[in-house]
Amino acid sequence: MKTVLKYLKPFAGRMSVGLSIKIFGTIIELVLPYILSHILKNVVQRESIAQIIYWGILMVACSLTACICNIVANRMAARVSRNFSENVRRDLFAKTMRLSARQTDNFTIPSLESRITTDTYNVHNFVGMMQRMGVRAPILLIGGILITMIMDSFLALVMVAVLPIIFVTVYLISRRGVPLYTKVQGSVDRMVRVVREDSQGIRVIKALSKTEYEHRRYDKVNANLSKDEKRAGIVMGSVNPIMSFLMNAGIVAVIALSASRVADGSSDPETVVAFMQYFTIISMAMMSVTRIFVMYTKCAASAKRISEVLDTPEDLTVKDRSEYPDVDTDYHIIFDGVTFSYNGKRNDLDNICFSIKKGGSLGVIGATGSGKSTLIKLLLRFYDVASGKILINGRDIRTMTETEIYPMIGTVMQQDFLFGGSIEENIRFGRDVTHEEVVSAAKIAQADEFISCFPDGYDHPLSQKGTNISGGQKQRILIARAIAQKPEILILDDSSSALDYKTDANLRRALSENFSETTVVTVAQRVSSVKNCDTIIVLDEGKVIGIGKHEELLESCCEYREISDSQMGGAFVE
Amino acid sequence: MSAYDKNRPANEKIDKKTAKGVLKRLGGYVIKYWPLFLIAVALTFISNQLSLLGPQYSGEAIDAISSPDGVDFATVKSSVISMIICYAASAVMSYVLSVLMIYISQKIVYTMRKQLFEKVMSLPVGYFDTHVTGDIISRISYDIDTVNSSLSHDVVQVMTGLYTVIGSLVFMWQISKPLIAVFAITIPISLIFTRYRSKKVRPLFRKRSRMLGELNGYAEEMLSGCRTIQAYNREDEISGQFNGKNSDTMDAYYNAEYYGAAMGPSVNFINNLSISLVMIFGGVLYMLSQSGTAKVGSMLFITLGGVAQFVQYSRKFAGPINEFANIYNEFQSAFSAAERVFRILDEAPETPDCEDAYTLNDVKGNVKFDAVSFGYLPDKTILRGVSLSAQQGKTIAIVGPTGAGKTTIINLLMRFYDVNEGNIFVDGIESRMITRSSLRKAYTMVLQDTWLFHGTIFENIVYGRENATEEEVRAAAKAARIDSYIDSLPDGYNTVLSDDGVNISKGQKQLITIARAIIAQSPMLILDEATSNVDSRTEIKIQKAMGELMSGRTCFVIAHRLSTIKEADTILVIQDGVITEQGSHDELLEKNGFYSTLYNSQFS
Repeated sequence: MKTVLKYLKPFAGRMSVGLSIKIFGTIIELVLPYILSHILKNVVQRESIAQIIYWGILMVACSLTACICNIVANRMAARVSRNFSENVRRDLFAKTMRLSARQTDNFTIPSLESRITTDTYNVHNFVGMMQRMGVRAPILLIGGILITMIMDSFLALVMVAVLPIIFVTVYLISRRGVPLYTKVQGSVDRMVRVVREDSQGIRVIKALSKTEYEHRRYDKVNANLSKDEKRAGIVMGSVNPIMSFLMNAGIVAVIALSASRVADGSSDPETVVAFMQYFTIISMAMMSVTRIFVMYTKCAASAKRISEVLDTPEDLTVKDRSEYPDVDTDYHIIFDGVTFSYNGKRNDLDNICFSIKKGGSLGVIGATGSGKSTLIKLLLRFYDVASGKILINGRDIRTMTETEIYPMIGTVMQQDFLFGGSIEENIRFGRDVTHEEVVSAAKIAQADEFISCFPDGYDHPLSQKGTNISGGQKQRILIARAIAQKPEILILDDSSSALDYKTDANLRRALSENFSETTVVTVAQRVSSVKNCDTIIVLDEGKVIGIGKHEELLESCCEYREISDSQMGGAFVE
Repeated sequence: MSAYDKNRPANEKIDKKTAKGVLKRLGGYVIKYWPLFLIAVALTFISNQLSLLGPQYSGEAIDAISSPDGVDFATVKSSVISMIICYAASAVMSYVLSVLMIYISQKIVYTMRKQLFEKVMSLPVGYFDTHVTGDIISRISYDIDTVNSSLSHDVVQVMTGLYTVIGSLVFMWQISKPLIAVFAITIPISLIFTRYRSKKVRPLFRKRSRMLGELNGYAEEMLSGCRTIQAYNREDEISGQFNGKNSDTMDAYYNAEYYGAAMGPSVNFINNLSISLVMIFGGVLYMLSQSGTAKVGSMLFITLGGVAQFVQYSRKFAGPINEFANIYNEFQSAFSAAERVFRILDEAPETPDCEDAYTLNDVKGNVKFDAVSFGYLPDKTILRGVSLSAQQGKTIAIVGPTGAGKTTIINLLMRFYDVNEGNIFVDGIESRMITRSSLRKAYTMVLQDTWLFHGTIFENIVYGRENATEEEVRAAAKAARIDSYIDSLPDGYNTVLSDDGVNISKGQKQLITIARAIIAQSPMLILDEATSNVDSRTEIKIQKAMGELMSGRTCFVIAHRLSTIKEADTILVIQDGVITEQGSHDELLEKNGFYSTLYNSQFS
């Protein structure tokens, strides 16, 4: 909460002006019933219509002033919340973009997303409401009680006695209700999950004629959801009747007790009439306070989630070169005894050593889960190595700033990212790349041909995640993106798996023709994608089990041979 | 539900005619429960009548207290008791009412969700290819939810509101007819204000919701690409873009709230204004009554209790009138939500099987395409005059560049789509003359996209054939080379696969779907990149299982790996929707066409 509250600081001045206006307006509103009782008690007795009209107009004037003050204050509050939320969300997003891979893994993407959206929204609402109601409600409550105390302290106490009952009842019911609604949420999630699964798996379901089965599966979650919603609704539905009954009971009590007080002269009927007005105001204020209370718990939870992200210390800081000294070498990329583990228990990469010359090429091959992509993630410094070191041009990558390391590298990752925008924007990716460079990159990536088939060519819009083009087309656009800035190092992580052999071969030829100076790291499942590399490493469960050229590995590494045989013509159907 | 879902622009205006149709259909759901609904209406009226009686008794009590002959304790006592009874009874009834309404609306909502889901499942596969899952989900959750809350709250509120307005008017009429004139001033102000609200403020709030939705969408998109953005060092760029959108969104917020800020205070003002006016006129009347100018029984006569009552009723009167504008808007969004639901319910399902459709039994597995043409869109043909024949037990491999129409052939085999021209025969019977379920049962599919549902591994495998025994499931897992992995899990076959099976690798998921296919024991097999996610070494391991699965069955295989294709009895090369080459591996190599280029490119 503290981290988030800090964002309110710059607006303290504006807020206090707004709040002062609000307080003024609210106090004026409180005067209304007082005038009302004054008219009934004193003015009427004077039998002067002019007087009544005078006081009446004063009431109207007060109402109007209160109204204007409230509007002005609310508008100022809206301005403050606007700026506040903009800043919080801006910083939150920027921070999220800079979280290290490990930090992102810990938070998980859906959770980060809801922090930027739902949680910021909750806090925004609360900040707005606090300014609108947070001052008004307490003033109405306390002011109302004070005035009634002055008017008739005994009757006021009756009223004050009812308030805690209202508060406690509402609180207790909500406390029972909240877990019930959490349960409803869980049931909604389960219901949605079945719908999502079945829409995605409709082919399998229809192929296996499982529609009836799915109907039953859905009916179960649907019935459960209904049951949970009913239960929550029945509990929370009691809040309003109970609250309005308690409020009315308070009024009844005031009337009942005032009878004897009027009889012995310690009170008068006009006061009772005014009292009923105040009672309504106070009860309304009470309801607001309860609502603020409920909102606060929601907001505090959200604020905490936001702070967690904002307060995350920077991971992967740039280390000093004296700590990780440079090495004099001809090699472009060196992995020296690199060991890494995601969870700190099992090593996902174990003592990886290799080196590549500038303009050379490395192929990485191995089973799923053998650590191929992990190796790439370390080279990109998404994670830091547990031991060993990675050097580029003889320099430890931990000593490089983002602007030093990333412009050198062009990357295509597995299931890489395309965004809603034109093909050209997706290739350019916000960098300083001319249209000509985009086109020439697309040509090398074998993408120009299909892009030119679109009537709008490079302006052809892609949907989010590029769902409107095929997997092979996506991969080629991603490759074009990676080479558009002529990187020193090109990393292709399983980035041609959706290409047919012919296109894949063409791509490789074009790459080697145009990027002879670029060091290429290729991760693949197909032997044909890596067989021409200068060095191929075969990974198995995080260990290098073979290293060398294609022909050497065919001799020395039986796993490699197996893979190669299976792909190059080994029998599939006997 | 996230703010993103809630703020979808669901409440677009719908025209009157559609609204009528929607109302009629919604009414159809309600009428099913008409006895309960009638009870609800009755409860609404009684409960409101009781709460309207309250102020009347309080007026009587105050008159008894303020009577010039000293406090009339007996009257006060009876009035107070009546009041408490009225309020208590009213509270109880309104609670019963809300429970009743929840009961009714849940029944309706349950039915709607069920109908919607079953409808969705009956839609042709093409629907899912052209509609995003998120849209279906938001209809089944958010839209139905909107209808639900409208049914369970707004309907009662409208009834209550109407009753309160009329009731308070009647009571006020009884107390003092001249004072009613006050509303001649306040109601027009209310109306003007309401108009302002719907004309000026609503669109602003709608815009605000839309902008928020877009911003959330953008954040979601960029977060999913966070690693790539970092790899290209584009964080500042993207954050900058986000800031622009964020700022626009917050402006929309501010605009909405700027005008919205007037609402609460204005409602308060109208209330206070009517009370002030009641006080001025009431005060004058009371003065006249006290001084004897207005005689008891005359229209102008009013007591102190009368004034107090009137003030209370005027508050009651104003409340619902301010609410109506809100409720009207909620009805609007409930209607458009209901319409979105009905629109799916009105979608044409898969064309039903023809009346004398044949049920396939003992399928031999002879499949023939005869001059088949097909396109997903009328103006874009994907397959043109494709003819092929697959003999019982043979393997047909389909080869071709991406987008050539390989997967389309499978869509047609399974009748996910029907051909535009030509015929497909299975064992000599035109496939459109065969019941869909028996046709589909004749095939087992293993697709590139592995699909598993939230459930145990056992449930996912046995999904292939419901009556399979545990031994059969284990045998299938063993054949798919996934058994030792499953056994290594703490819960073994009872391990629950969480959402989209993210807790296991893609390759392992694919092996489970292969196990599911093995257990299905269908006479024909379709493999669409079935081992694309499995690494080569594992693929070698499951070759035998695949071989067993394929032996004696007619198989259609799409694969990138030529090793998979080489052994096929017939290889079809598809380019641009036309079969350009057809024959065995050796025959095609001799032809020196596309296939041989493809094959040689892998070895060159």
